[in-house]
Parts: sequence; structure tokens; C-alpha cells
Amino acid sequence: MGTSHLIEKIIEYFRNKPDVYAEAFATHIMISAICVGIACAVGIPLGIACAKSRRVRLFVTGVFSTLRIVPSLAVLFICMPIFGIGLTPALIALSFLAIPPVLINTTQAFAAIPRPVIETAEAMGMTGGMALTRVKFPLAAPLILAGVKTATVEVIASATLAAYIGAGGLGNIIFTGLGLLRPDLLIIGGASVAALSVVADTLLSKLEKRLVRYRDPGMRPRPSGPGHGYGHGHGNTAKAAGTARAA
Amino acid sequence: MAEILRFEDVAKRFPGADYNAVDHVDLSVDDGEFVAILGTSGSGKTTLLKLVNRLYEPDSGRIYLRGEDISAQDPVQLRRGIGYVIQQIGLFPHMTVKSNIATVPRILKWDADRTDARVDELLRLVGLDPEEYRDRFPAQLSGGQQQRVGLARALAVDPVVMLLDEPFGAIDAINRSALQDELLAIHRESRKTYLFVTHDIAEAFKLGTRVLIMHDGKVVQYDTPDVIKSAPAGAFVEELIGSAV
Repeated sequence: MGTSHLIEKIIEYFRNKPDVYAEAFATHIMISAICVGIACAVGIPLGIACAKSRRVRLFVTGVFSTLRIVPSLAVLFICMPIFGIGLTPALIALSFLAIPPVLINTTQAFAAIPRPVIETAEAMGMTGGMALTRVKFPLAAPLILAGVKTATVEVIASATLAAYIGAGGLGNIIFTGLGLLRPDLLIIGGASVAALSVVADTLLSKLEKRLVRYRDPGMRPRPSGPGHGYGHGHGNTAKAAGTARAA
Repeated sequence: MAEILRFEDVAKRFPGADYNAVDHVDLSVDDGEFVAILGTSGSGKTTLLKLVNRLYEPDSGRIYLRGEDISAQDPVQLRRGIGYVIQQIGLFPHMTVKSNIATVPRILKWDADRTDARVDELLRLVGLDPEEYRDRFPAQLSGGQQQRVGLARALAVDPVVMLLDEPFGAIDAINRSALQDELLAIHRESRKTYLFVTHDIAEAFKLGTRVLIMHDGKVVQYDTPDVIKSAPAGAFVEELIGSAV
């Protein structure tokens, strides 16, 4: 089979089955987004707890470093008899895969906040909640985001396997290609997964850079207009700081 | 002058230690005084300071601020009325100079105009041009400028007491001297009470209306610089003064 023939087949696929492709692509993104969401919802609070208490840290990291050794494919298959086939076992298995990087980075991010900064926050009369939302979380955010990036890329790649247990996604195209010995489908599926990973990584890296702009001594200060400044009684300092710097 | 701060038989021992960091201290500070707390490292001077804003809790004894026992007060509320400056400065690196200084005003929900005006006023007070520095991040400031912002931040809501823990310890000699002069001027104008921890004898004698000398958790002498120089209380103080000449 020649290259030109292969390209023809690929074009033909997109012409005949754009809806099939679109659905697989959308499902893939949806599965990945949900799993990363779950990983953040579980990993970030747990990571904060780990940074606070040595005993929690030893227990949680022990559990997750053991779980991490188990290949995601194995987790998928173990989930099948328990949760059946389809979306649910795939989401559970992939979430387990995504939690450790978020959790570990959150723990490290909170542990790395300079002690004097935390002490002054406390000494200025911030409540625990204020210190968390106004100081600790914004300072931990870049490293947490790096963990989310790792989790996202891993999940996008592994979500391909979810097709094995009927969850759909780009893996469907790849496994169909394997079954029918059709290289055009393998290329379409594989390249799409790769492209998705690259795009996610690039976007999250950009966001990460933006979050640490304040560390750059050469940055030009932005002249302040009326009403500039953030968090006047709203406690939403991190977000507004981001927008202030983005301009 | 009226008494603003009183320690009554205050002792603090850290877990695992076999000595008291602060060893049964009695102390009275008058309103508007500038008390320089002088001591070697390990003398308990920083611990003494942190007992005032309840970053540490004493094991025994009582501390009264404006006649009220601080252990009966909500520590969060108490701290909002106490300025705190440390050697490591502790500026919030992700916030602009303005937001750093506005921290307590915003906690207290001042309106934006009042906060903005106060920030500019404080920046001028510590010798920084508001137009130039207001929107910078701490990483864009020198060490001396950062500590000026730290000072402005602590002064933001006119605290009853200012606690300063070796604030100029990491700043070069020329800037330190200028900052000391400015701090003296700010103190004179504000008439607030300052507690200033240092291990630098010249600094303590230059700044303090009274100097409190600590050794092994105890107050060895607490008097005006002139009296301490002319009548040092015991061998330790004599040696300390002698070492500075």
C-alpha cells in the first residue's frame, strides 16, 4: 500500500465518517476532563492535608505509590468485573492514574511556601481560611498546575485503553484499525491522541508561566488606573492578580 | 506615661527543651516607648516578641495589652492591631507592593479609596515614590526597598504596638543606618509603642528610649541607654557593652 493511497484513505474516512470521528474525539476529551477534574477534587485537598500532617502524608503517599505501580490497563480490567463495562470503570481507573501527580505536587507546593510568609500572614491577623485562599493557594498554584499537566497528559494517553472496556473515545478508532488491519485508522487515532496531548501540554505550560510572572525581576510594572487592584473584600486575590498581570 | 504592655511572671519553654526560652519575665512598657530588646542568639528575645502577638503562648504568667489579658482575646483580632516586621520580611511575593500594604485594610474591609490613599501615604512615609513602586512585585525591589514595604505594611492600620524582629539585620550598613533614622522619625511622629529586637548593640542604643537586655531568657537590665552605659547591671552587661567599644 503506497503513501498516496494511505492519504486517500484517510481523506476518505474524514469525508464519510466525520460524525464518528467527532464523537470519538469529543468522548476522549470528556473522559480526560472528568478524570482530571476528579483528580483535582481528590488530590488537592488530600495534598494539603499531607503537607499539614506527617502521619497523613506517610499513609497517603504509601497508598498511592503502591497503586501507582499497578499498570492502568490492569486497573481497567480489575474495575470491569466490579463496575461492569462502559464509562464508569474507565473513569475510576483513569482517575486513580491521575490523582498521584496532583497529590504529590500539591503536597510539595504547600511544603515549599516560605515559613516567614506564612508567619507574617498569621501575624497580620488572617484567619486560617484567609491565609489559605489569599496567600498559600496562590503561591502553591504553579506547582499544583504542573502536577495537573502531568496528570492530563497521562490521562489523555491512557484514555485510549478505555475503549477496550467500551467507554469509547479515540481508542475505538485505533482498536478498529487493529482489528481490520487498517493503517489509515491507526494513523488517524494515534495522531489525534498525540496532538491532543501536545495541545493540552502547551496550554497548561502557558498558564503555568503566567502564574509565576511575579517572580521575574525584569517585568515591567503595569501602571494602575482607577479601581485597579484586587480582592477588595472579595478574597479573590489570586485570580485578579492574574488578570492584572495579563494586561 | 500610661502603661500599655505588661508581662507578669511570663515563662515559655519549647517542647523538648530543658530550659525556659523566656524565664519568668516581668516587664512594663509605657505608651509611646521605643524598647530595644538586646541579646545574643538564644537569649529569648524573639520568643518574648512573639508572645505579644500570640504566635507563641506562654506556659505560665500573664501578658496585658492596654490593661487587658491577651490570653482572653481572639488572637486573630488581637494581631490586626499589632504591627509585625521580621528580618526575612515575609512580603507576599505574588502580590504587588500596594496589595501587600493593603492586606490588613482589606481584611478590615476599608473602602477602596481610603485604602488607596493610605497605601500612597505609607509609601511616602517610608521613602518610596508611590507612582514608581505601587504596582511592583517584591521581586522587583532591592532588599532595603522590600523592608521599607514590610514596614509600611505593618503600619497600615496604625497598630497600638509595633513588633520588629531584627528588621534591618539583612540590610547593608548604609541602608541600615538610613532606615534606622527613618524608623526613629516615624516613631516620633506616630507616638506608638515599638518593641525592636536586635543583637546589634549600637543599633539598640541608637534607637531605644529604653534598652532591655536579655540573657538566658531573663531580663538582665532594662533602662535608658545612658543609665545602662554609666551603671551596667552586672558582669554580663559590662562585657556586652565592652564588646561594642
